[in-house]
Amino acid sequence: MILIPCPHCGPRNASEFAWKGEHRPRPDPARASPAEWRSYLYHRANPCGWTTEVWFHRAGCRRYVTVERHTLTNEVRRAVPAGGER
Amino acid sequence: MALASSAWTEPTGFTGTGGREKDGVGSTKAESRGARLGRVARAVGEATRPRRYSAGALVAHGVTGRPWRPAWRHHELGSTYDAVIVGAGVHGLATAYHLARDHGVRKVAVLDKGYLGGGSSGRTSGIVWSNYLTPEGVRFYDRSLRLYGELSGELNFNVMFSPRGHLTLAHSDASLRAMRWRAEVSKLHGVDSEVVGPEEVRRLVPLADVSSRARYPIMGALYHPSGGTVRHDAVNWGYARAADALGVEIHQGTEVLAISTAGDRVTGVTTNRGEVSTPVVVSCTAGWASLVSDMVGLSMPIITRPLQAAVTEPVQVLLDAVVVSGTLDVQVSQTDRGELVLGASPDPFASYSMRGSLEFTEEVAGRVLQLMPSVAPMRLLRQWSGLCDITPDLSPIMGPTPVEGFLVDVGWGTNGFMAGPAAGQAMAELVATSRTPELMAAFDLARFAEGRLVEERDAAGVGH
Ligand SMILES: [Zn+2]
Repeated sequence: MILIPCPHCGPRNASEFAWKGEHRPRPDPARASPAEWRSYLYHRANPCGWTTEVWFHRAGCRRYVTVERHTLTNEVRRAVPAGGER
Repeated sequence: MALASSAWTEPTGFTGTGGREKDGVGSTKAESRGARLGRVARAVGEATRPRRYSAGALVAHGVTGRPWRPAWRHHELGSTYDAVIVGAGVHGLATAYHLARDHGVRKVAVLDKGYLGGGSSGRTSGIVWSNYLTPEGVRFYDRSLRLYGELSGELNFNVMFSPRGHLTLAHSDASLRAMRWRAEVSKLHGVDSEVVGPEEVRRLVPLADVSSRARYPIMGALYHPSGGTVRHDAVNWGYARAADALGVEIHQGTEVLAISTAGDRVTGVTTNRGEVSTPVVVSCTAGWASLVSDMVGLSMPIITRPLQAAVTEPVQVLLDAVVVSGTLDVQVSQTDRGELVLGASPDPFASYSMRGSLEFTEEVAGRVLQLMPSVAPMRLLRQWSGLCDITPDLSPIMGPTPVEGFLVDVGWGTNGFMAGPAAGQAMAELVATSRTPELMAAFDLARFAEGRLVEERDAAGVGH
């Protein structure tokens, strides 16, 4: 079981959350070229190690959470309220 | 994990191990006669040594007690190769085999950081089918299925190809519509695939609950008679043995740590066993595609997710066809040993962890029971996990990259095993001729930047 320490609800099983993928800055839709936009849509760092990602607490507070997780061990070391546009 | 049990330091072929046991047991009984026959056989010379597996060879080895030749050899790592293939799974070994056999490119090294067939090729449920959604997908997987049908004879190694039929169940009108579409695409490409009703499902899968009482009643199915199962370990071993016989070097326990380039050209690889120079590096990895591409600074549209599976205790024949339900997110088949193999979709987040989870066990058991309530008394024997590299359109990434000499055959998601033979043939042609075979042209890396996705989601995304 993977525990995610939701900043709003406390530690909860990851199965309560929906994984939304790596946290990445979105290019300005008005100015991005099609290639830049597609790269944003499709390409991922997909690291084997620590990564910052967004999870949605769908069976809890229904808020977005930014989580630091190790992709090999699934250890979670930090979860904070997601800021920005999401 | 349980399927991947042999240590890479002692690789032996299927028959090789059996021969050795026989050697030990029979050595006292037939010593004098065996020794005499052995001398005769040695006198006849190396050239007559049975390379091929056959009933005659089995008898000869049994009588003489002579050990079988290892199915593949160990080598010191050379300094130069015409091509280096990363990953000794079905794709890497098939590519090496076809390079050597079809194109005479034999100075080839297949490197694997673990042991042969120990990655996803050793963790697959071994299901093969070809009635995909896109014409590109149907053509490709159909080629592969046909190659699987001929593989035992071609490799002189029984891969236990069993076209026992493949059923994708529909529990809604929307699923039936998608299946009619898939059936038409298949028919257009000569692949047998048709929509059948609940009565036919009942006939093909007596175990299934086809009643209207089910929570998700079965409304029909896409039936694909030529789909079925293949023994995955045998495919790995068969390709390895055939490639080895053609001069290909297989290096297990050899991890690629870096890929060196000069300008935009590949010049070699650094491994834990030393440096190798080569103009061509082919990434045939599943689970590590992003990490290998990172070595040449190439970003990939890939997410790595674990795919879990489980088997029950072995029982008598219960289930003939392979049964898949996207709605219930479950896949069930029965092995030749009698175990039910249970699968589902990959875990719902990116991870390189190959640990099984209780969530999977609970969910897959619950879904199987919805589909086949009568298997409730059966016990689970084991579960394991493998890594899948998943692309945005669930089609693979094959072909050249912006880095000259760095080629990829990756991103197969949950479909890699069934694509192995055709991918090996196509990648070998690309390496040898520098021309992209028409069969794989649509699966190039550039399609993501150019917006030409080969959307396979409605077929390949179904839990399996
Ligand atoms: Zn919460």
